[in-house]
Amino acid sequence: MSTWEPVIGLEIHVQLKTETKMFCRCRNGFGGEPNTQTCPVCLGFPGALPVPNRRAIEETIKLGLALDCEIAERAVFHRKNYFYPDLPKAYQISQYDEPLCSHGKLAVPTPDGEPVIGITRAHLEEDAAKNIHVAASGRIRGATATLVDFNRGGTPLVEIVTEPDIHDSETAKRFLQLLRQTVVELGLSDAELEKGSMRFDVNVSVRPAGSDELRTRTELKNMNSFNFAAKGIEREIARQIRVYEEGGTVEQETLHFDPAHEESPPMRSKEEAQDYRYFPEPDLVPVHPPEDLVDRFRTEIGELPGARIRRIADTLSFYDADVLVTGGLDRLWSAVVDAGADPKEAANVLANQFVATGTDVSAVDAGELAKLVQARAEIPRAAFDEALAKVGEAGFSADPYLAQKVVADASELDPVIDRIIEANAGQAAQYRGGKHGLLGFFVGQVMKETGGKADPRVVNERVRAKLG
Amino acid sequence: MTVDTLRLTAEETNGLLTRKEASSDEIYRAYLEAIDARDEELHAFLHVCDDDPGEGIPIAVKDVIGTRGIPTTAGSKILESYVPVYDATVIERCRARGLRVIGKTNTDEFAMGSSTENSSFGPSRNPWDPSRVPGGSGGGSAAAVSGGLAPWALGSDTGGSIKQPAALCGHVGLRPTYGTVSRFGVVAFASSLDQVGPVAKSVRDCAFLYSVIAGRDENDSTTVDVPAVELPRNHDLKGLRIGVPTEMNDDAPGIEPGVRDAVRKAIELAESLGASVDECSLPLSVEYGVACYYLVAPAEASANLARYDGVRFGLREDGADFREMVMKTRDVGFGDEPKRRIMIGTYALSSGYYDAYYGTAQRVRTAIKREHDALFERFDVLVSPTSPTVAFPLGAKIDDPVAMYMNDVLTIPSCMAGLPGLNVPCGLSEGLPVGLQLIGPQFGENTLFRAGHALERALGFDVVPERLR
Repeated sequence: MSTWEPVIGLEIHVQLKTETKMFCRCRNGFGGEPNTQTCPVCLGFPGALPVPNRRAIEETIKLGLALDCEIAERAVFHRKNYFYPDLPKAYQISQYDEPLCSHGKLAVPTPDGEPVIGITRAHLEEDAAKNIHVAASGRIRGATATLVDFNRGGTPLVEIVTEPDIHDSETAKRFLQLLRQTVVELGLSDAELEKGSMRFDVNVSVRPAGSDELRTRTELKNMNSFNFAAKGIEREIARQIRVYEEGGTVEQETLHFDPAHEESPPMRSKEEAQDYRYFPEPDLVPVHPPEDLVDRFRTEIGELPGARIRRIADTLSFYDADVLVTGGLDRLWSAVVDAGADPKEAANVLANQFVATGTDVSAVDAGELAKLVQARAEIPRAAFDEALAKVGEAGFSADPYLAQKVVADASELDPVIDRIIEANAGQAAQYRGGKHGLLGFFVGQVMKETGGKADPRVVNERVRAKLG
Repeated sequence: MTVDTLRLTAEETNGLLTRKEASSDEIYRAYLEAIDARDEELHAFLHVCDDDPGEGIPIAVKDVIGTRGIPTTAGSKILESYVPVYDATVIERCRARGLRVIGKTNTDEFAMGSSTENSSFGPSRNPWDPSRVPGGSGGGSAAAVSGGLAPWALGSDTGGSIKQPAALCGHVGLRPTYGTVSRFGVVAFASSLDQVGPVAKSVRDCAFLYSVIAGRDENDSTTVDVPAVELPRNHDLKGLRIGVPTEMNDDAPGIEPGVRDAVRKAIELAESLGASVDECSLPLSVEYGVACYYLVAPAEASANLARYDGVRFGLREDGADFREMVMKTRDVGFGDEPKRRIMIGTYALSSGYYDAYYGTAQRVRTAIKREHDALFERFDVLVSPTSPTVAFPLGAKIDDPVAMYMNDVLTIPSCMAGLPGLNVPCGLSEGLPVGLQLIGPQFGENTLFRAGHALERALGFDVVPERLR
């Protein structure tokens, strides 16, 4: 029954990779020994005062511009009050009703159109520290103590909130991928989900199709991959529909997504909604971004990922365009195509074999890679793979690999094939008896015998002819 | 040689040094001896430093100002064991000029009070009459300077905590323009109001100490560059336009006749020195100032005091879990007045009440500022009594918080407006000092110094308490 329409909104946190923290001069870095990147300010000692990080404000403005936001003429930091061990001042310096960026939008290219997702706001705040719950045994289960690592405390965090404009899990996933790529390209953050430098919460509700009401929503937290997010959203949509169809009501709650379990277990009910008692941070003065600076940033923003997907999808399939752009490969692809490679062939190589090598895109000489792509069919597979693995090395030249021609001449290959069929008479009989899956075995043997230099297409053809 | 700690100003004490009549150590020891002799009675100090590095003269420091390696309790049990790992900017600046911290002075807990009776460690006493309060919250610094235990001191002022004790103890104190002196390292009470300032025996000392501590600090983003400080030398007040707000003088709520008369005489004296004097009015500021203050200050305090949770420093009481540990720590660690203000402030910021309380208070604050700004188009300074009363007996107001709050009715309005105020002792009433409050426009400290200096000379007030002469 498709009488229900999902309503999805996203809240994304991105850790900025500035040199120093948001309000002090401590290093902003991942992985230091616990509590080595701290000072009186980020530990909330008596008398310590925040001083805002100019770079963090500038980068938030850049992101705001990339998301088509209005940049505030006057932005204000607020205190958000609550007690928790990882929050040393017992308030987080955040933004409330006067954020740096608001009223933006991001168009998300999909195979069947381009939904525009409203960006409610993008604001700057400080991150909390990290709580580590330990038991006497040192294990997390049955924790008896909480240790706090303040290295992360006070690092700059951008929060992006969307309008509830998303209606399916696939668009939510594409939005997140596109946003991540935008953030990475702007140089704001590594936005790595595994390291927590990009985190997101999803608000989900459903309503009868055609209605414009907003029903009670639940919040999904702690999803560490885009695929899990899509899966979790689908699961929650299905659950809410089931609840309504069984005559029940959906409770407002936060659900911790655990991919190992079928259901999303509730973390905490929001029946007692927390009162954060926001008020303007009196230790800071309002931020007035200079107009000329904002204008300069505006001109510095290049073609954004969404636009590039759209452009490239004119040449390639939408799928290829999407993979290239959200994988950060499209600029290299363009360069390789400009250097003479076939567009489709180049896309295939980049999205598959090239990605598997883990090579740094910026280290690649596009001209040499173009030569390789074009010669792929004519050089031995082994030579191609080896060359691709080295394409990011300084001074790499494709020429020695191109010199290794593939053996496609049947008169050269036939004697080898005959020898192998003879040596494996048992398998040959089975093949002829109908076990055609053994074709691969024979092709593999021939490739091995020829040191990978045989053209697999010709070998295939000849083996089949001889066994047939 | 003997150092007359009761009488010498900081400038005169420093003169002993420059003329090589006494060494820095001899001077420091002389003040330590004075503390030994008189602090048992006055209880001006919470901590006395046996020694402190430096080549200059000593300075006493209010215990809300963080001093590296020297306990800083803010008068609260919750910080009884706290020793800062860094110096406040004002301390760094004092040290850069060779000043040596002689001790940390008593204060109402977290600077919340007008008598030092809210200190977790017992009240200080007024050197003029030890049965009376020295004022607050900076009663410790006031008693130390008035009682000859330090040549000068640093105080902090949120709603009158420098000016009112100076009035009650008969010496000089400046609350500077908001934003001129760094708050970095100063235990916060109400961030948009707190200012550190000098406590001294003379206006010149006050001006000099202000020049040491004032100016932009990269660690406090609310600070600004300040005009160069001029040490006053003038004898007259020619051209000075003095405004006398009636609501703060003859019509002031709860004003004592002796206070009113002493201030009237000082104003007449100013006129004889060449100033022009005219009446004026601050109706909103006086009527709503205290109410407005008691929303804004507690609201900010409720957040500023939230960090005392037992996790990282100070007192920690055991509890079964985090929540219980925090609640027990704060219950045991905070006294009644911080608890009262945390509750008022939390309420004022609560969802559903914010607009009615905190929001309205902020709008009233803007109106108070405008009312003052308008007067400074016609006047160079405004004058009034600093406190409507002379020093009151210990215990007289401790059970009536509102009566205690009303003691600040005359100092609060200009604090809300962010303006500088100077207390100059102007006479006695019933044998106790009366303070004259001079309020200046934003960054008008030099004007206050000139006016205060000429009046001080002409008044000839003896800052040494009669019973100690």
